[in-house]
Amino acid sequence: MLSISKQYIHTLAKKGLRADQRKMEEFRKPITVEYGISAKSAEGSARVKIGDTEVVAGVKTEVGKPYPDSPGDGTIMVNVELLPLSSPEYESGPPSIDAIELARVVDRGIRESHSIDFKKLCVTEGELVWTIMIDIYPINAAGNLFDACALAALAALKDAKFPKLENDVINYKEMTEISIPLEFLPVSCTIHKIADKFLVDPTRDEELASDARLTVAFTEAGKICAMQKGGDYPFTEEEIDKIVNLAAEKTSELRQFL
Amino acid sequence: MGNILVEEKQIVVPGEVLADGMDFLPANGAFRENDKVISMRLGMVSVNGRLIKVIPLTGKYVPRKDDLVIGKVQDMNYSSWFIDVGYANDGMLNMREATSDFIERGAELSKYYDIGDFVAAKITNVTKSKMIDLTMKGPGLKKLVGGRIVQITPVKVPRVVGKQGSMIGMIKQFTNCQILVGQNGRVWVSGKEPTDEHLAVEAILMIEEKSHVSGLTDKIKSFLEQHKGKMPVASVAPKPVEKPFVKPKTDNQGERK
Amino acid sequence: MSYKRPDRKEDELRPMEAKVGVVKNAVGSAMFKIGKTIAVAAVYGPRELHPRFLQNAETGILRCNYNMMAFSGSGNRVRPGPSRRSKEIALVTTKALEPALDLSEFPKTVVDVFIELIQTDAGTRCAGICAASMALADAGMNMKDLVCAVSGGTVGDVPVVDLDYSEESYEGGAVDMPIAMMPRNGEITLMQLDGVISKEKLQEAIKLAKKGCLDIYKLQKEALKAKYKEE
Repeated sequence: MLSISKQYIHTLAKKGLRADQRKMEEFRKPITVEYGISAKSAEGSARVKIGDTEVVAGVKTEVGKPYPDSPGDGTIMVNVELLPLSSPEYESGPPSIDAIELARVVDRGIRESHSIDFKKLCVTEGELVWTIMIDIYPINAAGNLFDACALAALAALKDAKFPKLENDVINYKEMTEISIPLEFLPVSCTIHKIADKFLVDPTRDEELASDARLTVAFTEAGKICAMQKGGDYPFTEEEIDKIVNLAAEKTSELRQFL
Repeated sequence: MGNILVEEKQIVVPGEVLADGMDFLPANGAFRENDKVISMRLGMVSVNGRLIKVIPLTGKYVPRKDDLVIGKVQDMNYSSWFIDVGYANDGMLNMREATSDFIERGAELSKYYDIGDFVAAKITNVTKSKMIDLTMKGPGLKKLVGGRIVQITPVKVPRVVGKQGSMIGMIKQFTNCQILVGQNGRVWVSGKEPTDEHLAVEAILMIEEKSHVSGLTDKIKSFLEQHKGKMPVASVAPKPVEKPFVKPKTDNQGERK
Repeated sequence: MSYKRPDRKEDELRPMEAKVGVVKNAVGSAMFKIGKTIAVAAVYGPRELHPRFLQNAETGILRCNYNMMAFSGSGNRVRPGPSRRSKEIALVTTKALEPALDLSEFPKTVVDVFIELIQTDAGTRCAGICAASMALADAGMNMKDLVCAVSGGTVGDVPVVDLDYSEESYEGGAVDMPIAMMPRNGEITLMQLDGVISKEKLQEAIKLAKKGCLDIYKLQKEALKAKYKEE
C-alpha cells in the first residue's frame, strides 16, 4: 500500500501525473459489477469493484401508508453505513456526516432525477404504497466511494424485483417477475480538482489531497439530473463547464458496466 | 525419540503440529504442548538442527530496540514529537535527540519537523508496555523530503533488503532511486522521474507478494530489465485552466498546508 | 414420521467456501460461506485502546463486533445499528476466540474484529467465528489453534449438524446448539442451546458438531495456505 503526502500528489498533479501512473481521467481497473450477491434475502443486490474499492448494496421493500400530501406516491430511502470493517478510518457508531452526505447524494441522483416513477409504486391510492430501501456498505474503502456507492445502488435496483403481495401483506418467500420500475439509470461521476487539474476516480490519498470535487449525474439521454459540490476550495464557471463535459464522457463509460 | 512432521519451507497454520517427541525444540513462532511442538502462527517452517521455528508471513510491526524505522509526525508538545511508526503507540522523539544541532529550549519545534512530515529515525528503547523512544541523531537519519512511501508487511523486509543488501541494491541500480527501508515495513523511494519511482515500488511490491517463491532474485532482475526505461510516461495533462483568485493557504515557508 | 433432510445427510454440512485476504485495508480478513450464510471478517490492530480504563497492562484485548447488513435477513429489512442480539453475539464470539489468542506481546492495546453478514440462512454466529478465526491468523496473530464453529442440534428429534433456517423453525420442534471448538484438542469455547433435548440426544448432537468442526478446519487451513501457493 502506498502512502503519499499531499505535497507529492500536488507536485505530480501539476505535471498531469498520478502516483499509480494512471491518466488523470482514467478509472482504475478492473471495474466489475456482480448481481444477486445476496439473492436469498435481498429483493435486489449487487457488488461493485472499482480497483481496490469494493462496495455492496441491497434493496429491501416494504409497504405502508403513503405521506398525506402525496397519497399516490411510493418512495425510496437510501442509507450508507461506513463500516469499520472497510477501513481503519471508520469507527462504530451512528452515521458520520460523510456517510450521510454519501447517502443523500446517491438518493438525490435517483429520486430527484425521477428515475423511479413514484406513482408506479402505488398499490392503493391513499392506502398502500411501496417503499424501496437501498442499503449500501463499503467492504474495502480505497477512495471514490461516491461513484462506487452510486453504481452499486443502481446495480442493486436493476437487479431488484417486487416480492409477492398477498392481501396487502408482503410474502418475502415468494418473488414476482416484476422489476422495480426504473425509467432510466442516472449514472454519476465525481471529478476532483487537485492543483488546478481535474482527475477521476481518486485513490484515498488523492481524495485527501483534493481541493474540491463535483459529482454530476446524467440520464441516458445526456441530461444532467443531480449535482453535488464538496471540498474546501471553489470552482469557477469555466471549471464547472469543463467538469460537466468530462463527467458526461465518464458516465457513459461507467454505464457500460451496468 | 521424536518425529518431525513437516518439511522445511512448508506453510503451516496456528495450532498445526510440527513435531512430536522431545527431540525437537520450539523456537520463534512455535511452542511446546506436552510432547508436541506446535505452530503459533501462520508462517513458513524453518528447521535448524533440532530447533523448529515458524517464520511469520504476515503481521503488523512490533517495535524493537535499534530498528531503523520510517515514521510520520503526528503531534508535538513543547519538548518532543509524537511519531507514528506503525504500532499502536506512537514513538516519542525528544528535542535532545532530534538533530545533531543544538535546539534551544522554547524553540519552535515545527521548524524542524512538522505534523505530516516523514522521518527516518532509530528506536533507542522499547519499554515493557511498548512505549517507544526514538532518536534522529545518527548517520542516515533525517527528514524525508519528496519521493513516496510504500507500506509492505514488516516480516518481508529482510527479503526486500536481500543478503547484504543485494536485492535492494539491485533495485536502486536499475531505477536510479534513493531507497530507504524501515524495519517497520515502510520503504521510502525517491527518484528523478516518477516513472523510476513507480518501477522501484512495483519491484518492491512484487517481492512482498512472491517472497516465499524460489528464484525470486532472478525474477525481479528480469522484471527490472524488462521495464527499465519502458514504463509509459503519463499522458500530457489537460490544458491548465486560467486561475484568477484564491491562492491555496501557505505557511511562511511557502509549502502548501 | 421422522424428519428426513431433503438434500443432505444428517451429519453433512451445507456446501462451504472460504477465502482469505478479502479486505485489503485490513491487517487480516476472511470470508466464510456455509449454505446461503455469508460472513466477512476483518481484523484491525493491535491499535490504541480508548478509553484508557479498558486497557490491560499485561496484554492486548480482543474486541469483536457483529453486524447484519440491512438486506441480509430473509424477511423484513433489518434496522441498522446494534441490537441486543448482535451485542450478545459479539460477546460470545469474543469469548469463543479469546482462548486461542495470545496478545501478551501487545499490552494496553486492542485487536478489533469486525464481522458483517451479507446474507443469512441460520448459523450466522458460527460462520462469523469461522471467518474471524481465519482473519486473525491472516493478521499474523499468535494463536494456540484456529477456532471452528457450527451448530449441532435436533430437528424433530433427529440429531443433525448445521441447521438451516427452515430446520431451526421446523414446526415439529428443533434444537439449535451453536458450538465453537479449537480442533487440535477438541476444546469447546462456545456453547449455547435453544430448545428441549434429552441428555442422550445432546451427546449425539455434540459429537456431530465436533465432527462438523473438523470438516470446517480442513477448509480454513486450505484457505489460509492458498494465498501462499507457488504458481
